[in-house]
Amino acid sequence: MASSKLLSQPRWFRFLPRNLSNVRLFSDLPSQLPVSEPQNSIESKSNNRFSKPSSTPSSLKEPELAKFSAIADTWWDSEGPFKPLHIMNPTRLAFIRSTLCRHFGKDPLCARPFEGLRIIDVGCGGGILSEPLARMGAAVTGIDAVEKNIKIARLHANLDPTTSTIEYCCTTAEKLVDEQRKFDAVVALEVIEHVADPAEFCKSLAALTVHEGATVVSTINRSMRSYATAIVAAEYLLQWLPKGTHEWSSFLTPEELTMILKRASIDVKEMAGFVYNPLTGRWSLSDDISVNFIAFGTKEN
Amino acid sequence: MMNRIVARNFGSNVYRLRIPWRPFSNDAASNLSSSNAGNPTKEGEGQQYDIAIVGGGMVGLALACSLASRPLTKHLNVAIIDSNPALGRNHFIKKEDLPDPRVSTVTPATISFFKDIGAWQYVERHRHAYFDKMQVWDYTGLGYTKYNARDANKEVLGCVVENKVLLSSLLSCVQDTDLQKKIYPSRLTSMSILPNSSSLEEDSTASETVLFTHGRLAKLELEDGHSVYAKLVVGADGGKSRVRELAGFRTTGWNYSQNAIICTVEHAVENHCAWQRFLPAGPIALLPIGDKFSNIVWTMNPKESSEFKSVTEDDFLKAVNHALDYGYGPHPTSSLLGNGDIFSWFKGDITMSAHDCFEVPPKVAKLASERMVFPLSLRHASDYASKRVVLIGDAAHTVHPLAGQGVNLGFGDASTLSNIISEGIAVGTDIGEVSLLKKYEADRKPANVMMMAVLDGFQKAYSVDFGPLNILRAAAFHGAHYISPLKKSIISYASGEHRLPLFS
Repeated sequence: MASSKLLSQPRWFRFLPRNLSNVRLFSDLPSQLPVSEPQNSIESKSNNRFSKPSSTPSSLKEPELAKFSAIADTWWDSEGPFKPLHIMNPTRLAFIRSTLCRHFGKDPLCARPFEGLRIIDVGCGGGILSEPLARMGAAVTGIDAVEKNIKIARLHANLDPTTSTIEYCCTTAEKLVDEQRKFDAVVALEVIEHVADPAEFCKSLAALTVHEGATVVSTINRSMRSYATAIVAAEYLLQWLPKGTHEWSSFLTPEELTMILKRASIDVKEMAGFVYNPLTGRWSLSDDISVNFIAFGTKEN
Repeated sequence: MMNRIVARNFGSNVYRLRIPWRPFSNDAASNLSSSNAGNPTKEGEGQQYDIAIVGGGMVGLALACSLASRPLTKHLNVAIIDSNPALGRNHFIKKEDLPDPRVSTVTPATISFFKDIGAWQYVERHRHAYFDKMQVWDYTGLGYTKYNARDANKEVLGCVVENKVLLSSLLSCVQDTDLQKKIYPSRLTSMSILPNSSSLEEDSTASETVLFTHGRLAKLELEDGHSVYAKLVVGADGGKSRVRELAGFRTTGWNYSQNAIICTVEHAVENHCAWQRFLPAGPIALLPIGDKFSNIVWTMNPKESSEFKSVTEDDFLKAVNHALDYGYGPHPTSSLLGNGDIFSWFKGDITMSAHDCFEVPPKVAKLASERMVFPLSLRHASDYASKRVVLIGDAAHTVHPLAGQGVNLGFGDASTLSNIISEGIAVGTDIGEVSLLKKYEADRKPANVMMMAVLDGFQKAYSVDFGPLNILRAAAFHGAHYISPLKKSIISYASGEHRLPLFS
């Protein structure tokens, strides 16, 4: 684990806008981060404040629901449409493991370091993140807006006594906030690029986190490079993802994400990027947040 | 399901459910307990383990020791299935026992693996022989190569240890650890991988309960009637692996039309060097075991091997000395190609062993064990891993013994597999997932295949008595002897340091 690398401050941080200056990056290497002004487009997205009376939640966009419903059956087919997610999964878990172990003071050499922690997986899909978290000892709740996903997730989790304790609900973060649920760690990976109002979504995530709890959000950066890789290459050339899975305009830059999390009282402490090596076919954690990145923050106030 | 509702109501504590075998159980709630997922459930059906190692030989036990030595895997529950009665009790090897003819040459890489898992201290209590010199030549007398560990800045080239010593050391080592293990003294008869969710369509509670307890597991049925359930089945059951057969792995390979005779012999003097002479029908190797004993591995065609097995001891010893010494051809001299001047333009200092003259191996005085004959073959499984099943050791690959590499490849497999399992557990992976096991395969397969190709190449190159080829071989001997980078590379590769034989 690169836990020792995470403790060192990057040398270039004073050139960044203030909102990222507290963030420790994955290692000490200088980064080629594009310094862009946070755009005003976030404010214009704050519609859909009302919730529809049907079961569709307020924060997720309608076409997104339909997209995911269509391929729900293939969640656990590691060679199917979700293959890139399956391959990326261990890398995301490595980041979550190292940050949460450090934050909660757990022994990283323990096989079940998350014993006693309540974790919620927002946008759990078929449960590919929830199940490993449960195996690591956490009390996991998985929520998703697509009913089919929850059914698949429950079915798959029931096959193993360790993961059968996962609580799956077809609901949204907002509804759980209304129910006043609280969790030690709130994890929302690859979700925020699909929601209609990222700022409200982050506020819900923060409301679900206990005081001094952890929030982990991952998404895709809105940069030229991510357009080339995540849209053109992944959807059209390599066909890793179905066309139209992502809309480039709904990606967030790390600064934007940090800012909206800050407004929701979440202090982003660490950030890392995922890099794919086409020769080995493996993902690894790195400093490079220009395409996929993940942020770990804590709730202060 | 009622059980899950009950679980949710227990707030922030984590409970792992232990579901009784009977469906529609009303006292499911009372059966909740915070037991580890890996503990064997004592219900009637069969015991459940994290890993079932089929085959308690050297490689299978090495895997168990390696798992026991890592912090992330030492809590795993392991079943070892092997009908060998020696596993059930710790039989003591007496010092005065004559060396068993079945020995292995362990490379420095294996020695450091053993030290990591804490098993080498047990080996050191019994007979074992380090050697730091090796001489290789053939019957044509045109060339020879002497290797010295110092050429590659090492202390030893390897260590020769009897297989029974390795086995009992690994057994003692694993028994001294806290690893939860159970030895099943039986044989595997059948194996099935229980279905996963994609094939599940029915909604009946009965089948749900079955899948709930044993949903994503492999079920092993043993000869004595026991059933064992495991998340991962490791096939470490040797060249005729039953696991490999039951899991449907295809193999490629061929039988060499050669058998190997092995026996222990005694000299009048101590022997600290390993000797290998390539004869027309196959190589004869003399390996030091310690206390003036050596081990002979003599490869020859099947007809000759049955003859040599049945001749008298004296005749056999005469034949061995003949094969090691003047028989079949003259001794090589060092002056054929001008003492290495021709290679002096290669960069790098000449290794010290390049100046060593050809030596005659020590005469064999006495036969100290029975003569055993084994057929030789090459076999390789097309895949090492599939859902919930993985192969290690001879079950995955069988090689020619001419370089003493076979079991070392197996130990390398065990080390890599336990590393991969540890990494998988660190991120909460199900250890029977194919994607995890394929990482092991991607790591070991290229190295193993490369080694097999090299050994097979040697075997073929040295089985032919053909003028120009003999000269080529002699040139190869000289090259290996005098070109230091090549020699260092050969020594490093044979020591297990590098997985691929390139200049690196």
